[in-house]
Amino acid sequence: MKRTRAPFVTILAAALVPALTHAATGEEILQSQCSSCHALSKPEDTSLDRLLNRKGPDLYYAGVKFNKEWLVRWLQEPTRIRPAGVMYRKVVKPGPEGSADVVDESLLPAHMKLSAEDAAAAAEALAALGADSPLVAQGAFKGDAPNVMMASLLFNKLRGCSSCHAAKPGEPPHSGPELYTAGDRLKPDFVAEYIRDPQKFDPHVWMPKLELNDGDIQKLTGYLMTLKQEGGK
Amino acid sequence: MKTLVCTLTLTLGALGASVSTAADSPSPQAVKLYDTYCVQCHGVNRDGNGINSATMAVKPRDHTDSKAMGDTPDDLLFKAIKSGGLSVSKSVLMPTWGGVLTDDEIRLLVEYLRFVSKTQSTTSQ
Repeated sequence: MKRTRAPFVTILAAALVPALTHAATGEEILQSQCSSCHALSKPEDTSLDRLLNRKGPDLYYAGVKFNKEWLVRWLQEPTRIRPAGVMYRKVVKPGPEGSADVVDESLLPAHMKLSAEDAAAAAEALAALGADSPLVAQGAFKGDAPNVMMASLLFNKLRGCSSCHAAKPGEPPHSGPELYTAGDRLKPDFVAEYIRDPQKFDPHVWMPKLELNDGDIQKLTGYLMTLKQEGGK
Repeated sequence: MKTLVCTLTLTLGALGASVSTAADSPSPQAVKLYDTYCVQCHGVNRDGNGINSATMAVKPRDHTDSKAMGDTPDDLLFKAIKSGGLSVSKSVLMPTWGGVLTDDEIRLLVEYLRFVSKTQSTTSQ
């Protein structure tokens, strides 16, 4: 009995070895490890309920949103971009008497880490997602160097962006994603388009569509592109 | 004694009527809208202590403040939500929500604010 089983085991093992050693492609990684939390294609459901219940930001336009080099690094050593999670209301609770609401950290899951090889493959696949998306017009950011002091004033005071977004590390948590790594992380044309019309990307999202003129959008985008933590590495 | 009980009941009933609010229970849709767009600054308890308020130069309005909310007519609340704080001579940190919310949704929120603040609906003279 044992003698007859051995050849079958050998054949089975031989068949399995190539499958086990096959390096996953970027698309395979996205499907197997990312798609349960992130939309990799444009969702048909654009309701508020869908936005409230999604587990992670949509990635179907990742190619026009993220810098690939940042993705490779971040996927290996993820940091928290959204201090109050993908939907802040689900994780905030009242603070001590008379003080600001706080984040219940126990409700924030850590993002998975990828190996260097998988991160590079996944970043390559993400860079191809929506690369020709009409959501972002090439040249939306005109590339003018900002007057950082004036643009900072716009961000922090005149347009109120700093109410919801941190421009430097160490600030208390906000409802919106941190922007102190915006210059490392995001493409300027995306930033300009998102500021102009956040709901075009995320229907019903809780970032207001401000009545900004193009000059303000250019200044704010230019300013955000100066916010980096990695020294342009 | 029976007369006293009846009088007391009638008096309490009248008092209850005079402090009644716009609705006995809030619209679930209004609660969802408030939780999505307003809580980030106005807080889980609707008292101006939203998570973002920690770093804001001007503290968001406490929607449970019956005095301040009672002094603010519906049309002013509607305008503040739709066109932002500057449109009603308040802080720029109250953004314009007219590009995100419909007029009907904003009306629902105004009605909900009456519920939260336990105040009556009023309009500007």
